[in-house]
Amino acid sequence: MAEKSFDFAKIPHIGEIACNGEFKAAKARNTATFEEKFDQKNKVVESLEKAIRLSGLKDGDTISFHHHFRNGDHIINQVVAKLAEMGFKNLTLASSSLAAVHAPLIEYIEQGVITHIETSGMRGELAEQISRGLMDFPVVFRSHGGRGEAVASGELHINVAFLGAPSCDPFGNANGYSRDDDESIMCGSLGYARPDAHMADTTIIITNNLVKFPNTPCAIPESDVDYVVVMDDIGDPKGIMSGATRYTKNPKELIIAKTAAEVVKAAGYVYDGFSMQMGSGGASLATARYLRQMMIDEGIKCRFALGGITGQITAMHEEGLIEKILDVQSFDLDAAKSLKKNHFHQQIDAPTYASYRRESAVNQLDFVILSALEVDTDFNVNVLTGSDGVIRGAIGGHPDTAEGAALSVIVCPLTRGRIPCVVPKVNTIVTPGSVVDVVITDQGVAVNPNRPEVAEKLVAAGIPVVSIESLAERAEHIVGKPDPIKFKDKIVAVVMYRDNTVIDVVRQIDED
Amino acid sequence: MREKKRLRRSMMFVPGNNPGMIRDCHIYGSDSVMFDLEDSVSIMEKDAARFLVYQALHDLKYGKKELVVRINDLNSGLGIKDLEAIVRAGVHVVRLPKTDSAQDVIDCEKEIARIESEAGIPVGTTLMMAAIESANGVLNAREIAHASDRLIGIALGAEDYVTDLKTTRSDGIELLFARCMILNAARSAGIDALDTVYSDVNNEEGFIAEATLIKKLGFDGKSVINPRQIEPLHKVFMPSEKDLNKAKAVMGAYEEAMAKGSGVVALNGKMIDKPVVIRAQRLLELNELAGVREVEEI
Repeated sequence: MAEKSFDFAKIPHIGEIACNGEFKAAKARNTATFEEKFDQKNKVVESLEKAIRLSGLKDGDTISFHHHFRNGDHIINQVVAKLAEMGFKNLTLASSSLAAVHAPLIEYIEQGVITHIETSGMRGELAEQISRGLMDFPVVFRSHGGRGEAVASGELHINVAFLGAPSCDPFGNANGYSRDDDESIMCGSLGYARPDAHMADTTIIITNNLVKFPNTPCAIPESDVDYVVVMDDIGDPKGIMSGATRYTKNPKELIIAKTAAEVVKAAGYVYDGFSMQMGSGGASLATARYLRQMMIDEGIKCRFALGGITGQITAMHEEGLIEKILDVQSFDLDAAKSLKKNHFHQQIDAPTYASYRRESAVNQLDFVILSALEVDTDFNVNVLTGSDGVIRGAIGGHPDTAEGAALSVIVCPLTRGRIPCVVPKVNTIVTPGSVVDVVITDQGVAVNPNRPEVAEKLVAAGIPVVSIESLAERAEHIVGKPDPIKFKDKIVAVVMYRDNTVIDVVRQIDED
Repeated sequence: MREKKRLRRSMMFVPGNNPGMIRDCHIYGSDSVMFDLEDSVSIMEKDAARFLVYQALHDLKYGKKELVVRINDLNSGLGIKDLEAIVRAGVHVVRLPKTDSAQDVIDCEKEIARIESEAGIPVGTTLMMAAIESANGVLNAREIAHASDRLIGIALGAEDYVTDLKTTRSDGIELLFARCMILNAARSAGIDALDTVYSDVNNEEGFIAEATLIKKLGFDGKSVINPRQIEPLHKVFMPSEKDLNKAKAVMGAYEEAMAKGSGVVALNGKMIDKPVVIRAQRLLELNELAGVREVEEI
């Protein structure tokens, strides 16, 4: 380089100009071809063990996972097995949710590898054991919005995030599908993994499908990723997602769904340009079918559908009835395929979906249709513990959407087998009655007394409205009064409302 | 609710051995529900089904729904046991299967009267309907329809009937004679004519075609085997907006003429005959009954 024409130190105000000092020399260039650079692998490390070592993980740290692989997930079990083998102890496992497939964690809890759990839900043998008092430290259940915000704000600090991805390039651009091929595993949106990737001290992407740079579009950008590990087995595609979520043929669910569509219409929330979310569950999903017909008959469109997205929603998008989709989690293969091909089907992260601290998408909902395990006469909803007191569910976005939407609608049968679903008092409060507006059962519709204007509209539309107490009485008349569940004093889980305040606790079941 | 005259567009079969369906059957909106102790219950489960249906009639609340029970043939020995249970439990209507003659109705009525009397139920409370399922029954339809004051209607049971005729069910032509016989017999006795089931629940188009046909013939309603068939059936029986408006105009003209003390009813310069008035009246009644969506007391 030629002699300088300036004296760095004499540049006026140089101390106040944001710069890294005086130019010395350019970095050594890498003149390999693009193709050759792929083989240099950038952030790819050769083994999970090496990535863990590089991450600096230590005993007592918090590790995080996402649940977009649902019951097909092989990431959590493999990673925790490796951590156990490497001798780690006293870890906090913070997953966006857990499924029945995670029963092997029991062994690592017993060994002291995992001593704390954070999740949205839990099912199967692990949930049974937790309910029987497996852990000393209570499991922390958070809603999707509550967890997203806790991670995004740093309140739930993550040391190392282990995030499975169906596609990733050597620089760490990761996604829930790949536009490079049609054969690889798909999970659609990676919405719940995004705050973790962004906030974790170290983010490790685990993929079975290393694609060429750039992996576009991507859910997780390379700037959030430290290491990439390639493993053959990230999950069972069948358990991750299958086909389309089918419409229920159960006539009782259909009757509830039809009523739900009539209710949201009568309440004034189905108009040209409305917004909606359907929870998972036969009746709530089937409500879309009746809404669809209503929209066609009246020539109206939905501005956006939010949430866990199914093939039914994407089909309505493709026929022009829903203009835009905001997808934090894709429930089925059809939804994932739509995310891959449709321009206005957008994936969003958990805080954008449902953070309580900002104007998140749930606040823009006209209505949400949600399922429930049980509802009580104060309109409180339980979606977490079964009639035997055992944990067998997930909070999901239940309280987030119920509070955010202008109208929150709960759909559930009056009884399931011999179990009443409208009861004097729910086992566990997940969503408080103050944010629940309408309860729809197969045997009547009840409106929260704090929404008298909704009740009036429903009555005016000829929808049979009864009191919630009369529904509970009817349920008891049919199946009788269940014996109270026996619990011990030990608290095995705490349940957070969406603002991460403790709304209820789950106690150890008493089997003596 | 027990009423001799009422809306009976749809009568839903509910297997008597299925507790879940027995518990929920009233929510689907059929005008009547029919607990079946006969063909949908295997011989091994007859006692259990009878017990279950008895308990349901006794304990569960079905609002204003009409509650029918199809009993087993009296000749089988099971029919009497069925009657002993369900009459005591307060069934609204007993459906007698395989009715070949007026005597079958009379025999059954005798047993019902005996049980009512033993149970302290006013004799005559329990209503009946007769299912005609054979060539003999069809030919005796008129006598059957007139055989008891308890009868609310007669119904066609097509599967046994076509077997008796040595044919199978096809486009409906095979049932035309029986349908017309049953319809005329019912009208002659002033009771309801009720059509058979349509078994292919996935063929909504075929179901609607059959429902349209029987409505044209004059039937009051039809048995259904799946809740999914109820709404399309009721739609077929719902009067059109145009027919309703015409009926309202006819009734308006009729009432005006009555008020004037005039025996001649005219609408838009045209004379209206009495049958037109009767039909208009029926149409409006049907519409009113069908349109009511009540909040049932729980």
